[in-house]
Amino acid sequence: MRRRTFLSAVGAAAVTLALGGAALAQETVKIGLILPMTGPFASTGRQIEAAAKLYMQQKGDTVAGKTIQLIVKDDTGVADVTKRLAQELIVNDKIAVMAGFGLTPLALAPAPLATQAKVPQVVMAAATATITEASPFIVRTSFTLPQATVPMADWASQNGIKKVVTLVSDYGPGIDAEKAFTGAFTGKGGQVENLRVPLANPDFSPFLQKVADAKPDALFVFVPSGIGAQFMKQFVERGLDKSGVKLIGPGDVTDDDILNGMGDVALGAITTQHYSAAHDSPENKAFVEAFKKANPNMRPNFMAVGGYDGMHLIYEGLKKTNGQGGQALIDAMKGLSWTSPRGPVSIDPQTRDIVQNIYVRKVERKDGELYNVEFATIPNVKDPVKAAKAN
Amino acid sequence: MLTILFDGIAYGMLLFVLACGLAVTLGLMNFVNLAHGAFAMAGGYVTAVLMNRSGVPFLATLPLAFIIPAILGLVLERTLYKRLYTRSHLDQVLFSIGLVFMAVAAVDYSFGSQQQLIQLPVWLQGRIDVMGVQVGLYRSFIIVICGALVVALQLILTKTRFGSRLRAAVDDPRVARGLGINVSLIFAATFAFGSGLAGLGGALGAEILGLDPTFPLKFMIYFLIVVTVGGTTSITGPFLASLILGIADVAGKYYVPSVGAFVIYTLMIVVLVLRPQGLFERAR
Repeated sequence: MRRRTFLSAVGAAAVTLALGGAALAQETVKIGLILPMTGPFASTGRQIEAAAKLYMQQKGDTVAGKTIQLIVKDDTGVADVTKRLAQELIVNDKIAVMAGFGLTPLALAPAPLATQAKVPQVVMAAATATITEASPFIVRTSFTLPQATVPMADWASQNGIKKVVTLVSDYGPGIDAEKAFTGAFTGKGGQVENLRVPLANPDFSPFLQKVADAKPDALFVFVPSGIGAQFMKQFVERGLDKSGVKLIGPGDVTDDDILNGMGDVALGAITTQHYSAAHDSPENKAFVEAFKKANPNMRPNFMAVGGYDGMHLIYEGLKKTNGQGGQALIDAMKGLSWTSPRGPVSIDPQTRDIVQNIYVRKVERKDGELYNVEFATIPNVKDPVKAAKAN
Repeated sequence: MLTILFDGIAYGMLLFVLACGLAVTLGLMNFVNLAHGAFAMAGGYVTAVLMNRSGVPFLATLPLAFIIPAILGLVLERTLYKRLYTRSHLDQVLFSIGLVFMAVAAVDYSFGSQQQLIQLPVWLQGRIDVMGVQVGLYRSFIIVICGALVVALQLILTKTRFGSRLRAAVDDPRVARGLGINVSLIFAATFAFGSGLAGLGGALGAEILGLDPTFPLKFMIYFLIVVTVGGTTSITGPFLASLILGIADVAGKYYVPSVGAFVIYTLMIVVLVLRPQGLFERAR
């Protein structure tokens, strides 16, 4: 008797499990988050992962009656690995959306897979303008480098800066920034001299000496955010700040993640970008507070906000399609608009790229910590590269 | 012009402190230690962690940035390196490069992969005008420290009993042992000292070269260039080579920025074509 009860109980449990498992499989929408979690770009991955998890924690893991499951994979910053992981996620895990992508080559590698498998690819970080053209299934929630750079040129020419030396790291995004700035600034009658620094460059002193000798009104700089601190220190050490050379550039140099560690040398740097942790809005205050609470000792930067908005875009898209993926989902994402921690944003239906405000900011000390404090806004900036192509 | 020269000298001095330990192990002890940069990184992290987490002043961290990598070097020498002295160079390379990867991963795991930033004391920041030449204070500080080190090292090696024992031990370990010199003790001490110097270099360089877990890999090539160009039998060879490379690197990047990154490699190739044994080594 006792034995029979036991058996039937086990049988019932097994049936329940099997049914439950099947039901669960139907009702789960999987999101593959591919990020560099180790290696030199790990800070990008950590920021985005933290933000994506924060979003799910805040908004719950159920959308349109389906359970959202986030699968985080580490591509170590190598494009081949990104592609392999994307393939595994699509074929084995049957993901509905892939997201993440810390660098331009990492975003481009899985683009053909997105097209073939009709899986929307949400780019949360990589910033080269042309990425969204690689597949009709790519949509972006970060920014494009020209989008952040061209407003800098406008601001400089309106504020009495006539002669600029550009100093960029000699790699894709650096050259993008150099071209975007030089084109826009000379178009306004400014004078530009270009300098390129090797990517693996231990010491900036000779380049900065060259800048000092050129005596420009401003130095436009784009270097990967990690070595930005090194650069800032040597800029001040050489006394360039005192000789009246303004430091300007897209916001990568004064990345919120490491800005506070740079110390007073960063004070006064003027940058243009779409997000600052000091952005003054109730949405941002709530975001920064929740982020810091969930991740002590971390401050959200522009990567984090890209991840947070990426998750929002996926959630909203799924709500519109009632949990459908594929073509329906990418169509639903086009034209969506919402208020992000960074301000009002929307997805351009033509280019699937983000349209957002670009802010002009200055590094200042606020509550004992260094922040990029915004003092001017250029509203609703589209990516200038694709805008130029459309005209 | 003179500012460029000055920056070049400071950079060269830094390279020397970083690389001279390698010159000692590679040249004197005939051991290929690619993990040398890992000790430099250890020194840099000692300084960065002490300054940022415990608030120890910069100068006070420097002795520790020497001592801790030196102890680390001593322990590793006694436990691991010792077994490889008699093995082939290929074994030594494989072993030490493995050590580098372990060091990179360990540091990444425990401190994160981001750049470690340090705040110099105020009196080392900025620059002053000396007879019309702009001179960075921190770079002068590096030149003074490294200059003193070079003199001290040269004196130890040539004038002291320890120096002559070391040279004897290197020239012919068997005979040296026969004369009652404790060769393995001398090797251990030398290895520890070289590691300590690397640590000191890493700490001094954190401000100028940056410091992250990939440091040993990023700068391995610079160390090796210094040692190959300088030759490995003396301290003066690598020292002069570091200075030449430092000045050439800085000047090249200043005068021809478009090819600046290649100047030191070109220089290395030219030197090795003309004098394959290194600039300052007597031909064998």
